[in-house]
Amino acid sequence: MDLRVLWFILLGVLLAGYAILDGFDLGVGILHLGARDDRERRIFMNSIGPLWDGNEVWLVTFGGALFAAFPEAYATAFSGFYLAFMLLLFALIFRAVSMEFRSKRESPLWRGAWDVAFSAASVVAALLFGVAAGDSMLGIPIGADHEYVGGFFLLLRPYAILVGLLNVSLFALHGAIYLDMKTEGELQRRVRRWTWYAFAIFLTLYLLTTIVTLTRVPRALANFERLPWLWAVVALNILALANIPRALLLRRAGQAFLSSAAAIAALVGLFGAALYPNLIVSSLSPEWSMTLLNASSSDKTLKIMALIAACGMPLVLCYTAVIYWVFRGKVELGKSSY
Amino acid sequence: MHLDILTLSRLQFALTIMFHYLFPPLSIGLGALMVLMEGAFLWTGDKEWEALARFWTKIFAVNFAMGVASGIVMEFQFGTNWSTYSRFVGDVFGSALAAEGIFAFFLESGFLAVLVFGWDRVSKRMHFLSTVLVALGALFSAVWIVVANSWQQTPAGYVLVSHAGVARAEITDFWAVVFNPSSVQRLIHTILGAWVAGGALVASVSAYYVLKGRHAGPARKALALSVVFGAAAAVLLPLSGDASARLVARYQPAKLAAFEGLYKTADPAPLTLVGIPDDSRQELRAAVRVPGLLSFLVHRRFGGVVAGLDAFAPQDRPPVAASFFLFHAMVGIGTLLAALFALSLWRLRAGKLYEDRLLLWGLVGSVVAALAANEIGWCAAEVGRQPWIVYGLLRTQDAVSRAVPARHALISIVLFFVIYSLLLAVWLLVVSDKIAQGIEPPEPAGGALTEAK
Repeated sequence: MDLRVLWFILLGVLLAGYAILDGFDLGVGILHLGARDDRERRIFMNSIGPLWDGNEVWLVTFGGALFAAFPEAYATAFSGFYLAFMLLLFALIFRAVSMEFRSKRESPLWRGAWDVAFSAASVVAALLFGVAAGDSMLGIPIGADHEYVGGFFLLLRPYAILVGLLNVSLFALHGAIYLDMKTEGELQRRVRRWTWYAFAIFLTLYLLTTIVTLTRVPRALANFERLPWLWAVVALNILALANIPRALLLRRAGQAFLSSAAAIAALVGLFGAALYPNLIVSSLSPEWSMTLLNASSSDKTLKIMALIAACGMPLVLCYTAVIYWVFRGKVELGKSSY
Repeated sequence: MHLDILTLSRLQFALTIMFHYLFPPLSIGLGALMVLMEGAFLWTGDKEWEALARFWTKIFAVNFAMGVASGIVMEFQFGTNWSTYSRFVGDVFGSALAAEGIFAFFLESGFLAVLVFGWDRVSKRMHFLSTVLVALGALFSAVWIVVANSWQQTPAGYVLVSHAGVARAEITDFWAVVFNPSSVQRLIHTILGAWVAGGALVASVSAYYVLKGRHAGPARKALALSVVFGAAAAVLLPLSGDASARLVARYQPAKLAAFEGLYKTADPAPLTLVGIPDDSRQELRAAVRVPGLLSFLVHRRFGGVVAGLDAFAPQDRPPVAASFFLFHAMVGIGTLLAALFALSLWRLRAGKLYEDRLLLWGLVGSVVAALAANEIGWCAAEVGRQPWIVYGLLRTQDAVSRAVPARHALISIVLFFVIYSLLLAVWLLVVSDKIAQGIEPPEPAGGALTEAK
């Protein structure tokens, strides 16, 4: 297989890994203010406490891999989306430190402030990831020299906002299902109710986004004629989504979680299928789009990176499995908890 | 000073990296010490070592969260503010960054969970293993980031090619990139600096407890451990610094000339202890010099040419005053720390350290000095590399993002300043809270013991 295609797929894998894993962390953050008292909020934070950090590394590695494999695209996207990325960074900073800081003092004012910071940061981060995906689907003004020539507010187009909201609802759903596995009793009953609300909102936005995408971004289906197996990804997406209410009704939270994870993976796959072979579509001229060919590193670098990934990723998967195994089951608040 | 995108991006990078670099040296140093503490607990079964390991794990966790939060900014910033640089170096530099993610960050952050939250969930051995893996992860991340930075100082294993009409560096030999001329020595120097910082942090808090008469048992144990550890690292540092400086002399002679304030090429060249660089007169004012010593450090004999700034075109010279003062401040503080730790070690061996209040107060302050030396040392390395962002290949002024308006960078830098000030204040508050709360005494079987006042 062509190395560029391989790295396009591997970047998709990293992005899907990030969206699935940090997706439930951000989802818990989005729902955080719905927890009523200090004990419930501690349960929420401790449900992701041991895991969020490792989950965020998927984003860091995605960034590093994009830098190494497609430096032109990395440079254009990050400088072009400057303010949006800064906002995202601030959100990720607050998400990280608010969990750590909140537990260190008893004062309700102190804890309340970090609760709000934690939740707002999670909402903003989820929204921005979706906005970025929406803008990538539409294409952005990229000049012949591969530099972004639009302003900041151009990025906040209605379609991009729609995808942003879709992503917030998706992560909220994913996070609620995760909390279903991690909570007990009355709190769990409430979380289950939220799962249904989140699913209803997500489904509405999902249908809306699908319609708008098919009418506004015909390019999204261009690859389907050449590669008909892509319809299997669509089928996976629909089946996974359809299985969520089924699993919820059967009280199988674990199965519902796997389904929402599969749905997220399929959505990332469809996003990749819509872009390929572009990384960033220029809305000014198709010739100025950044593609797998004109944005990539040398073959030598792609080969070295493939070796690094082949050595490293099995290890990563091993210890991710160990960590998730150690922290399986319901949240118990103890001496070392947040 | 004109606030263009170049100036603002440089300011923002300096602000964000200096904030970030408060935390990694402490993580690296403290990680190593926690391995020793928990290892001592497993080896001896002494519960005081366990209490210490648990106490420092909490500080480590706060510190690590700050490192993660401020670290992700650094990775994104290459793209946001230095996109021309990213296009130029991505083929070489990106692999190191990606390797850091895959080999170091996953290891660190994954097992940190077991370290912090796993005390009662996994066996003692598994917990110890996690501590070792977290400490190793912190070391590995230093390896990859120092490799990447060293490549900017002494590029190797690449070729310049034209990609779509623009020049960029492409990798020809991965191992030549990894083992570029300066990477091993700079890595050793960085890690020793981090160990001193970690040793100083533990020594500082432990000395404070000893002074206040709290936690006599564990505080003395931790103080002894950190003094031995810190002294070993602080005494090795000048040796590693000498080796690094000889590489600077060989590969970055303009940087050495700026560090030493050597305006004119000299043979034999003197070593300047103090002085004030004066660019307008191209000489050092009020200089105190040791004749021939710089020649000796470079050539290992008291004669031999050392190139001065006059050997380089004006546009290729680093800013002399900043390089000179930063370099001398690092060496000065490092020497003081080495002396402080060596003296403490000597008093420890004589059995008099715990009563020597003056020395103990010195140790309390040592963590500030150690962090300052780490920061200043990095500043010296980066300022001395100017005007190049990749030495001899790409100038800093040509590396900045073209698509970012200056006012956007102004917005972000103001926000970074506000947010980082807030975080720094909260971090200090939380860590001093933890220190004030103290070490939780080990629980003997049959119930908790309240701490005797």
